[in-house]
Amino acid sequence: MTDTFEPKITAFVCNWCTYAGADLTGTSRIKYASNVRVLRLPCTGRIDFMLLAKAFARGADGIIISGCHPNDCHYTSGNYHARRRWMVYRNLMDFMGIDTGRITFSWVSAAEGAKWAELVNEVTAGIRAKGPYTEYQELAHAGVE
Amino acid sequence: MDLNGKAKELLEAGDVKVVLGFEPGTAGVRRPAFVRKAGRTGRLVFDAACTQNLASYVTRKEVKRLGKVALVARPTTLRALLQLMAERQIQEQDILPLALDAAGQVVELPTAQAIEEHLALESSEIPARDRELLDRLGRMTRQERWDFWQGELSRCVKCYACRNSCPMCYCEHCTMDCNRPQWVPVPSHGLGNLEYHMVRSMHLAGRCVQCGDCGRACPVGIPIHLLTFNAEETVHAQFGQRAGASAKLDYALSTFRPDDKETFIR
Repeated sequence: MTDTFEPKITAFVCNWCTYAGADLTGTSRIKYASNVRVLRLPCTGRIDFMLLAKAFARGADGIIISGCHPNDCHYTSGNYHARRRWMVYRNLMDFMGIDTGRITFSWVSAAEGAKWAELVNEVTAGIRAKGPYTEYQELAHAGVE
Repeated sequence: MDLNGKAKELLEAGDVKVVLGFEPGTAGVRRPAFVRKAGRTGRLVFDAACTQNLASYVTRKEVKRLGKVALVARPTTLRALLQLMAERQIQEQDILPLALDAAGQVVELPTAQAIEEHLALESSEIPARDRELLDRLGRMTRQERWDFWQGELSRCVKCYACRNSCPMCYCEHCTMDCNRPQWVPVPSHGLGNLEYHMVRSMHLAGRCVQCGDCGRACPVGIPIHLLTFNAEETVHAQFGQRAGASAKLDYALSTFRPDDKETFIR
């Protein structure tokens, strides 16, 4: 099975920086792993912590979260708020035994098309090495018939 | 003055409408007592068995309607009251915390400032048993922690006693009860339990006063208070503030500093 395993990566990105950055990757004709499903949100501040848990429960093997660099937020402070939330949530997930190595946080600006491609490729390779997140996916299916 | 004498005096003077304390229940249990008449004050007790955090009652509509509440308060109760003031759920003139000193004498703490000064003399450390368990979990591998929590949470029946016992869980419409759309699964299966406790802990991050009442309320003995303790400790370590330290505290997760330091964002 492992040799045919294709990681599913869910990417939560902000509309103003990373989504535009990923767009630039495309218009620059840079090829990158097609394992990523991009979900566009207005701002990283909008990325509710539960969205990460929901992604894992729905079968994601890895998660990318990306938005504007500090000081670049379209809404001035959304990414600062998000950063605080992740600092707490990441620790909590680790404390509960959830594999935080499967979640990658990054700042990718609208000009960093190459960085986006690199990020996706790196994460995909990392998750490919880790294998599917069966532990969580089994939990999500246990008891639900 | 001792507790019953003070309660009688306060109720006779009429400024305080109800004294909230503990009375003997069955089998050595201490249960909360709402004393509204001066003639009924003799039954109040206060000892090590009085563990419940009475601050969870003062935000309730039916208690607020009674008028000014005097309540017997431990340090964690006082921190909960300060946090509720910081969150503008109660005002200092609506409550009168009664702390008891070592000799059983009542110390009235009529203002937020008095509470803060009283708390400054108290330790804000969590109980040694909890510290030990937190450290033990910290030393485990991720896989062991996962197995530990899966084992513990498998006993959860989602009675929501942890939520209801918590002085900070005062929302009239809790997201757990929201079913349009259904955000957190209702059944107490693996995912439902994990997501529930995740949400509970995150909603209490930066607000948990570490009284541990959720863990004591749990009918199946899951140490769930450790989850909120963990979130609270992160907030303290990263942002340098502790819930319940002051009546004028900004919520840690709705403020920020441009120089917040993290180690994991690329």
